[in-house]
Amino acid sequence: MADLLKKLGSLPVVVGCLFITTLYVSVCNLAFPEGSALHVSTYTVTLFGKYLCYALLALAVDLVWGYCGILSLGHGAFFALGGYAMGMYLMRQIGDRGVYGNPELPDFMVFLNWDALPWYWAGSDSFIWMMIMVVAAPGLLAYIFGSMAFRSRVSGVYLSIMTQAVTYAFMLAFFRNEMGFGGNNGLTDFKDILGFSLQSNTTRIALFAATATFLAIGFAICHFIVNSKMGRVVTAIRDSENRVRFIGYKPENYKVWIFVVSAMLAGIAGALYVPQVGIINPGEFSPLNSIEMVVWVAIGGRGSLYGAIIGAIVVSYAKTRFTAIMPEAWLYALGGLFVLVTLLLPKGIAGFFPTIAARFNQKKLAEVKS
Amino acid sequence: MLRIFCLTFSILLASFSVQADEFSGLVNQLPSKSLRNITPLLEKIAAHPDERTKTVLTEILNGDLYYKKNNKQVVSIRKHPDGDYQLTDVLTGDSLGVASKSSMKKIRTSNRIRSTIRGLIAQLDLTHKDAQVRLAAVKQILDDPDKQSIALLKTLASQEQDTDVAELMETAIGVNQLKRGNTDEQLAAAKQLRESLEPAVRNAMVNQLSLLDEIEKTELTAAEKKLKAELTSAIDKIKQKRSIYEFIENMFFGLSLGSVLLLAAIGLAITFGVMGVINMAHGEMIMLGAYTTYVIQLMFPQWIDYSLFIAIPAAFLVSGFVGVLIERGVIRFLKGRPLETLLATFGISLILQQLVRTIFSPLNRTVAAPEWMSGSWQINPIFSITFNRLYIIIFALTVFFALLAFMKRSSLGLHVRAVAQNREMARALSVRSDRVDAITFGLGSGIAGIAGVVLSQLTNVGPNLGQSYIIDSFLVVVFGGVGNLWGTLVAAMSLGSINKFLEPLTGSVLANIIVLVGLVLFIQKRPKGLFPQKGRSAD
Repeated sequence: MADLLKKLGSLPVVVGCLFITTLYVSVCNLAFPEGSALHVSTYTVTLFGKYLCYALLALAVDLVWGYCGILSLGHGAFFALGGYAMGMYLMRQIGDRGVYGNPELPDFMVFLNWDALPWYWAGSDSFIWMMIMVVAAPGLLAYIFGSMAFRSRVSGVYLSIMTQAVTYAFMLAFFRNEMGFGGNNGLTDFKDILGFSLQSNTTRIALFAATATFLAIGFAICHFIVNSKMGRVVTAIRDSENRVRFIGYKPENYKVWIFVVSAMLAGIAGALYVPQVGIINPGEFSPLNSIEMVVWVAIGGRGSLYGAIIGAIVVSYAKTRFTAIMPEAWLYALGGLFVLVTLLLPKGIAGFFPTIAARFNQKKLAEVKS
Repeated sequence: MLRIFCLTFSILLASFSVQADEFSGLVNQLPSKSLRNITPLLEKIAAHPDERTKTVLTEILNGDLYYKKNNKQVVSIRKHPDGDYQLTDVLTGDSLGVASKSSMKKIRTSNRIRSTIRGLIAQLDLTHKDAQVRLAAVKQILDDPDKQSIALLKTLASQEQDTDVAELMETAIGVNQLKRGNTDEQLAAAKQLRESLEPAVRNAMVNQLSLLDEIEKTELTAAEKKLKAELTSAIDKIKQKRSIYEFIENMFFGLSLGSVLLLAAIGLAITFGVMGVINMAHGEMIMLGAYTTYVIQLMFPQWIDYSLFIAIPAAFLVSGFVGVLIERGVIRFLKGRPLETLLATFGISLILQQLVRTIFSPLNRTVAAPEWMSGSWQINPIFSITFNRLYIIIFALTVFFALLAFMKRSSLGLHVRAVAQNREMARALSVRSDRVDAITFGLGSGIAGIAGVVLSQLTNVGPNLGQSYIIDSFLVVVFGGVGNLWGTLVAAMSLGSINKFLEPLTGSVLANIIVLVGLVLFIQKRPKGLFPQKGRSAD
């Protein structure tokens, strides 16, 4: 039984599951007519696409928290930066179909009486350049913040509070109209991506497939990192940073490196999220969002990659259901989950089954002995 | 028939007004006077010692005084939202219902009469028995001096008893001289006014200087040159003085913001700094304190002025009790696992917020400010201290020093410090560490509750009240150095001041961002804060 559980989180199983889901969703959405029992509505496709983005994000959080012990309460900032990069590209794709019909400037800039694009919007109409920005912007932020924080050995709770302060500062900044990112309203009213309409079913399915693919790739990357020699050092840093340092490694370099990789994954998740949801606004930077991400990982099981994916999907699904049925109860449920999981399930869902399996095995062993 | 009726009515009215007091008699004569002979009557009204004179005169001046066509009763009117007019008896202040304009006639005035009335009102105020009213009247003249009122001021200035009022009168006369006098008079006025901080003085000087600059294109006389030099130096002097006061004002605002930060953070300095527990629900303890204030005010609506004195201990007890519950129920099981504590207490904060939303609705509530908190202390024309800010600074410092004394002098404080330094050793010396933990956590939470009472006086009370302070509070504690109460004081005050000094330059949001980023950078340089605790440790 324990062997079976071990296989549950292995690379082929996770990738296979994702492949089957994608196949199922696309066939059922496109092949079966609406009203058929097997039909999957476009709404559901988008919803599940959103969950998969969250799963990728949870993977990024798990990589730093579960394997390196860095509790980042600011991963929302990386996610939102990736999202804004994608949003900028989509904004430029609107062209002259905006309310003001200006082919160069997005609507909000016309509204603010700007006459040219600010310098940081340069190249925002090139898909490739913006996709580079999707990973480069969060990566750069993570590199700057990480190299400063880890070099000066800020760790533990201090680091968590500082990451929270950073995302809070970003939120305040992006709320300002002068920043040139749409202020309060953010970027929205997107029309199409790479020439395909965002409203069409096929594009939505394609986006879903892309998300699933990136999740699979992200999982593979994390799996590879965690099982590599570098990954072992990272795990050792989580368990005792000073000992690693005394042995002769430089923990800060490993930490910066894993932090940057994680930020890039979060950025990709954000970029996949925006075209499916259709909006990106400064609310994504709010500290509460970042903390919710940590909850996914805590509930799914930190230190286990498939656990993070399960946690993100389960909690997001619960949120969708709860907020629809009893919106009042969601925060009670979320808060209660925080408390109960930390008190009773320190290893989350993924840690729950192996514990039971181990107990089961021990009992068997005891029986055999007697 | 109608005429007879009117006649009897007016006789009736006349007999009525004989019975009424003298002042009403004067006012009731208003409808019967023509434009030409109304002035003596107005002067009579103004000279009357009755308190209603000013209302009557102002109503005439604004063109709001009418009389009813049917009974010549004098009324003041206000436009009603429905399009009709709301009538008020000027003599009694009673409401007389709504009527259309056609049933009334205006008491007519001309430009000359209006200027007479203005003079009369000014004189009334300038000779009022309350010095504050006199001061306000002089201020009005200062902003817009006219010949008539200045003449009035000149006669009154010598008799004025109150030094403040007399000084302001001199200033007003000086400003008028600067505006209208000949060059020598202007020079004298400029010399006299160089110490004044009144905005009107500065405006008059700048105007005069720019006039001189215009003339310069042609030619200046020697006297005008002298005047110009004098004005320039006077303006510089005033500017210098103003910048000093601006600095003091920013400092004061900074300190008052710092006090709010101090109150919000000081409870955290106990739970996080001394105990090492990350309490993300700290903001909700503040919120509970604020809601306690609200509830207490609901319970005693007749004692708004004193309810704060009940609210402070009540908020301490409510938040402290919830704090003890959290410590006993959750935190003690998570000892030595700071990240888990952070998550669990964050969950608690969500539950508390939602609880408050369910009980009190998600809308913001307003807590009334007591009488003695409002108002301000005007030190000079450009600088005043508002009482609520002043009280908050004093209160925050009181709480701080009380807490400091508790930690340093009481035996319980000794136990708290002992457990924080070395739990095992303290236990070996028969300190009941579990109880100390609960009490310490309750104390920190209770102080957060007190902070909530103060915050309820500054902002609206809502479920998200605490959330907006939690990041700031943590940064204050970390910036000051964990476990150091003095550090928290210095950190709160300096962060408050930096914020307020940046605000005029950058706007409040950007100031906030700059402070946040600055702090993050500072902590990179000195991870242990301003005043790090001494000692060595390795894990």
